[in-house]
Amino acid sequence: MLTLTHFLVLGAILFSISLAGVFINRKNVIILLMCVELMLLAVNTNFIAFSHFLGDTAGQVFVFFILTVAAAEAAIGLAILVVLFRNKRTINVEELDTLKG
Amino acid sequence: MFENYSDSQVYLAIVLAPLIGSIIAGVFNAYISRAVAHTVTIAGVAISFILAMFVFKYFAFDGAQAYNETVYTWMVSDGIRFEVGFLIDNLTSMMLVVVSFVSLMVHLYTIGYMQEDPGYKRFFSYISLFTFSMYMLVMSNNFLQLFFGWEAVGLVSYLLIGFYYKKESAIFANMKAFIVNRVGDFGFILGIAGVLMVFNTLDYADVFAMANSKADLTIEIIPGDFLFGGEWSMMTVICILLFIGAMGKSAQVPLHVWLPDSMEGPTPISALIHAATMVTAGIFMVTRMSPLFELSETALSFILVIGAITALFMGFLGIIQNDIKRVVAYSTLSQLGYMTVALGASAYSAAVFHLMTHAFFKALLFLAAGSVIIGMHHVQDIRKMGGLKKYMPITYWTSLLGTLALIGFPGFSGFYSKDSIIEAVHASSIAGSDFAYYAVLAGVFITALYSLRLFFIVFHGEERMDHHTKEHLKESPWVVTVPLVLLAIPSVIIGGMTISSVLYGDYFNNVVIVQQAHDVLGHLKETYHGPLSMILHGITQAPFFLMVAGIATAWYLYMKNPELPAKIKGSFGLIYDILDNKYGFDTFNEKVIAGGTRGLGNIFSKFGDIMIIDGFVVNGSAKSVAWFSGIIRHVQTGYLYHYAFAMILGLIGLLALVIF
Amino acid sequence: METIVFYVFSAFMILSALMVITVHNPVRAAFFLVLTFFSSAAVWLLLEAEFLAIILIIVYVGAVMVLFLFVVMMLDVNLAELKKGFVKNLPLAVIVALAMFAMIFMVVGGEQFGVQNFAVPERHAADYSNVSALGQLLYTEYVYSFEIAAVILLVGIVAAISLTLRRRPNTRHQKVEDQVAVKGADRLRVVKVESQPRKHTIDNAEVKK
Repeated sequence: MLTLTHFLVLGAILFSISLAGVFINRKNVIILLMCVELMLLAVNTNFIAFSHFLGDTAGQVFVFFILTVAAAEAAIGLAILVVLFRNKRTINVEELDTLKG
Repeated sequence: MFENYSDSQVYLAIVLAPLIGSIIAGVFNAYISRAVAHTVTIAGVAISFILAMFVFKYFAFDGAQAYNETVYTWMVSDGIRFEVGFLIDNLTSMMLVVVSFVSLMVHLYTIGYMQEDPGYKRFFSYISLFTFSMYMLVMSNNFLQLFFGWEAVGLVSYLLIGFYYKKESAIFANMKAFIVNRVGDFGFILGIAGVLMVFNTLDYADVFAMANSKADLTIEIIPGDFLFGGEWSMMTVICILLFIGAMGKSAQVPLHVWLPDSMEGPTPISALIHAATMVTAGIFMVTRMSPLFELSETALSFILVIGAITALFMGFLGIIQNDIKRVVAYSTLSQLGYMTVALGASAYSAAVFHLMTHAFFKALLFLAAGSVIIGMHHVQDIRKMGGLKKYMPITYWTSLLGTLALIGFPGFSGFYSKDSIIEAVHASSIAGSDFAYYAVLAGVFITALYSLRLFFIVFHGEERMDHHTKEHLKESPWVVTVPLVLLAIPSVIIGGMTISSVLYGDYFNNVVIVQQAHDVLGHLKETYHGPLSMILHGITQAPFFLMVAGIATAWYLYMKNPELPAKIKGSFGLIYDILDNKYGFDTFNEKVIAGGTRGLGNIFSKFGDIMIIDGFVVNGSAKSVAWFSGIIRHVQTGYLYHYAFAMILGLIGLLALVIF
Repeated sequence: METIVFYVFSAFMILSALMVITVHNPVRAAFFLVLTFFSSAAVWLLLEAEFLAIILIIVYVGAVMVLFLFVVMMLDVNLAELKKGFVKNLPLAVIVALAMFAMIFMVVGGEQFGVQNFAVPERHAADYSNVSALGQLLYTEYVYSFEIAAVILLVGIVAAISLTLRRRPNTRHQKVEDQVAVKGADRLRVVKVESQPRKHTIDNAEVKK
């Protein structure tokens, strides 16, 4: 029988994997963006699980909005990435340190 | 007083007439002629003089009740009323007459004295403004207005001393007068603050009514028992603080240093401000506050000793001065010392009486000195004068009368007032009265000596001026001599005329309040049998002999044997040096106080401002921020994963906080 | 049955997520991400969120992932360069991920969110429409948020376009507004020329001399 914990742990695993991804990939910004998408997916999974087990559809509404915002974020993030590459000729995270203090 | 007019309208007219004259002469300076300027100001002062005479008659002869009304309420704060109001009684009416009369004389005299001065209109504006300020001071019925008048008088005296603002010594003198007066005023305003603290009102009548009930209050100025610590009588503190204000204005030791230097101003203002009116403000104030001062014997002793020191030691300085105006200035200091001694002995009436007679004869002496200066083409050094008697007869005779009045020659007005003071001090029994008695007694000899010295050197003896000056030497014009004559009359007769009522009569009943234990004048009254008998009694007493001795010494030294003073000077070099340096007050002030202040300022500037504030606080904080951020900025690597790591660490920390 | 489906798809999901973060070629990573989303959509179906599961596939797999691929292929990235430093960072990544998971697990573990606290809900009837239930909420209670979401999408479009738009100085564009607003006088200028008699040749000959 599937309990709430199953889904929450699934979300936690997904979140941790994507977190590890952020640290492993120090070269490619695109993979970082993908990891962020994965994190959002983990969170969405949690929302939907709670929505189902609490019998409250509002949780799904939240996921709906998160998807909307995530789509916009992905579009803008990729646009920034394109501009970045155009100017710097690289998407290597280790070379992007212009914010260095 | 007058039909159709209320009292307050008359009093307002007295105050405002000179103010209007001053504004016209001052503000419209560029648009009016000299004649208009002196006409409006003299008209303003003349109106106030005539009205003051009516007021005087109203109080002195018609026996009117004291007038105490508020004209205007400025504001009410926390129950304390800040008002403009008039308290007119016998004391005020007398002061009004003295001030307005001397002021009118000075206004007239100025036409002649300032004839060739480019600042003619400005000068008239100032002296009218001064008259207004003095009226405000004496007519006030509350401490706020008193303070206003006090400060206004100080301001105008600053303007007048520095009248020749292109002359460096005049600028120095007016700064000195202003700063020394500030020291006194600081005490004065603290005294007023003390009054406000204790009585919670600024109105004279309310304060005096409550004075007795607050006599036992004490205050701890400095905690602990050493030095000035411990409990002080509140009244003593208030009275001494108020008297410090009086010390500044009335030029008592050690705040007297400004007065001789203030002779840098034109002679008419020396007569108006530094002889007859402004310097008497302190005497007037203490007299007005007699209900408070009577409650503190400590304060009275303090006043007595300060006055005695001033009376004696400032007289010594008069002997060696060679500037005609400075000699008169030192005699003013000495006479102010006499008045202060009278205040300390609780003989307030005697102080005011001497104030009045002194105002006349000292104004006379100053104006006479001014007349000599006009004749000598603005030479003030008495060593270049001599034998002026035959060139300036009117000036000579009026000076003689003034000098006799000053030294207290029997029958002259100075005799009555000064003798009364000496007798009053003799009768007084408070601490310091013995010292004061011998000081004022010695002062009689000194006064006679320096006054006659001046008189002999200027008007008799060898003619020491140069040939060019001698050719033009002649009597001054009538605008100068008429005031001299008009002032000479009261100098001679006013004392004998008024002593019976002012000093021993009931003129100051209800105005001056003297406690039974201090009532020296009441004591003297028992042996008083009229002015003539006072003369007869006077010529058998020590002061008379001392005065005669002083005259004789002066005659011997400066007429009979003019080489002797130089020899004395040679053989008493040390004493002469001390006197020449004016006991070192100026040196002390310049070196220790001014130098100390500058030194302290330098220390504060170097260590406080440059090192601590600029160096440590301002630059130091900037530097420490720069240093700290220099370290902390290495945290900002610019690498994305470092920021992510920091975020994750924070998240883990927060989670840990929630879980555990 | 459901449990088996859950575990199968969960395994797919975790494995493909691991692949996303470990493969070096971003194109392959994108494909594995697609697989993760697919399995995730299947899990969501188990939770009776049919609409969102389909949206996830349409929007993410259909639009966002295509966008990712598009960008990845458009950028001329040196793949060999990107492979470096993988092993060096691995221990730190594992530690952080494990710590994070441990933390979250302590929170969401069986004690707080087990079946004793949250009973397994009844399945909805066959004619239950998840879409209409969601629609009911979206267009009533959350209508303002819905509109704001629309605006956010619009802003996303405008931002993405304006960021990447590049004006080259020498490109030639049609200026439609100018073409429409043009007038006959702008194109053709009629010049009036006075007719002149031809000059004599003798004049020319004289000039030449």
